[in-house]
Amino acid sequence: MVRRRRRTWSTIALFLTPALLIFGLLVLTPMVVAAYSSFFSWNGFGAPTDFVGLGNFRRLLVDDIFVGDLERTLLLIVLSMVIQLPVALALAMLLNQPLRGRRLYRMVFFAPYVLSEVVTAVLFTMIFSPNQGLANHLTRLVGLGDLGATWLADTDTVMYSLFFVISWKYFGFHTILYLAGRQAIPQELHEAAALDGAGGWNAFRHITLPLLGGTIRISVFLSILGTIQLFDMVWVLTGGGPIRSSETLAVTMFQEGFKRFHVGYASAISMVIFLISLTFGLLYQRFVLRRDLEGAVTTMGDQR
Amino acid sequence: MSTPARLTRSGLLHVLSILVGAAIVVPIVFGVLGGFKDNGQLFNNPFGLPKPWVPGNYTAALSSPAFWRQATNSLTIAVATTALVVGVGAMAAFIFARYAFPGREAVFTVFAIGLMFPFAVATLPLFVLLRTMKLLDNPLGVILPQVAFGLPITIIILRSFFRSIPAEIEESAVLDGCGPLRFFLRILLPMSRPALGTVSVLAIVGSWNNYLLPLIVFNDSKWWTLPLGVQQFQSQYSSDTARILAYVTLAMVPSLVFYAVAERQLIGGLTSGIGKG
Repeated sequence: MVRRRRRTWSTIALFLTPALLIFGLLVLTPMVVAAYSSFFSWNGFGAPTDFVGLGNFRRLLVDDIFVGDLERTLLLIVLSMVIQLPVALALAMLLNQPLRGRRLYRMVFFAPYVLSEVVTAVLFTMIFSPNQGLANHLTRLVGLGDLGATWLADTDTVMYSLFFVISWKYFGFHTILYLAGRQAIPQELHEAAALDGAGGWNAFRHITLPLLGGTIRISVFLSILGTIQLFDMVWVLTGGGPIRSSETLAVTMFQEGFKRFHVGYASAISMVIFLISLTFGLLYQRFVLRRDLEGAVTTMGDQR
Repeated sequence: MSTPARLTRSGLLHVLSILVGAAIVVPIVFGVLGGFKDNGQLFNNPFGLPKPWVPGNYTAALSSPAFWRQATNSLTIAVATTALVVGVGAMAAFIFARYAFPGREAVFTVFAIGLMFPFAVATLPLFVLLRTMKLLDNPLGVILPQVAFGLPITIIILRSFFRSIPAEIEESAVLDGCGPLRFFLRILLPMSRPALGTVSVLAIVGSWNNYLLPLIVFNDSKWWTLPLGVQQFQSQYSSDTARILAYVTLAMVPSLVFYAVAERQLIGGLTSGIGKG
């Protein structure tokens, strides 16, 4: 008996050790180091010695770029919630109906998701290029005249251009999620509703939407978490410019850490990214996703 | 059934989906065709077919050693990452799914919370760490962190799949004298092909598209992956739009081909868990 137990333990150790080692060394350790070095003024060479306490964080609060990062992140989140996700939902509802070419649409909508953010960003740099780009040719074509717009080089338009490219790449992902959720709703419910005389909009509003709640909440969760951590797309598309007007938290972190060697300060930014993600993630799971974990029956009971 | 209002609505949705479909396709086609134009054509004839077709930009990219080296690097790193993350992740998931021991759920939760660790947060300390370990300008410096950050999703998906395999199968295997290692390699893994396919596809796409990690690890251009190469190509030839479009198009091809082949696994992986509850 003792021998068998010892063998079980050695099996557990044998199978679990590689994962624990790699994860501990390359995920957990860097997290701890980032937290530790955020309390130092440090250029990244040698060991951090110049302890500044919460100094880096206090500096962040009065750093216009950092505060701007937060505002821009919020703007992108709001735009996604108001435009990108509703459009994705509408398209998913359409793709759920018998429609010629439905499979083709689905493939096309989802295709940008497999392209890397870098390839997408370079492609759109060309499209938004003032002279030869597609965007300005299009505005001319639809009769807006030659705007000669510099989509990415103008502080007033850069965030909206950025949002367009993000949506281009990611809405198909949300459409696919909604479609999977929609197809999991039993057909009988809609048939019963039709018998009771509930037409398209009513059936959508009172059956589809509530039953899709879980999927929508997960899609919102993924969208917000992704926006908080946005880097590749911005870095390649604008480099954070013009005059740092499109920087995100991760871009500012990268600028400070790898370009100016303010590693302590940059670590403080990364801790903020981490804390925002973690707080958001935990609160969201606690208060929003909780209902999904309890199952549909309690949800009905809650709403009454 | 078809009330006029309903027809209007479905008509609107059709128009919407065609518009959105066009918005997706037009930029890609612009890239593909633009690569066959010269810069004068791009300005004078932005929408039409190239006239004449100028294949020079494509042939130049295809005959440049840099392009093939970047593609090979991307592929090597993606394959190595996938093999490691699936192997190591499957071993851990096997324990989490099949063995009861004190602290199991706590350890599993640590991995699960890892899902919420943004990679950007770890960048700086990871760079310092890799520098100390002499793993900069070394493919392992990209592969190992990718494996580490890929473990959470791999373990979560595989654990739930391993759990769904009936205990009777393991019991009869043990009665036949099968040890844990043999059971894992000969029975569990072959039975889990669909789930292994899903996590492999996620790992390959994630590695192929990764940018930030190769950016900080590879200084020497001989290790560059395609995303680094594309971005560098763009800043090098910034005024030569047609040339960049050709290069970007070529960089898109592997992803789109892979998508066409593995669409089912990819979508299955991303939507796993939705609609079950």
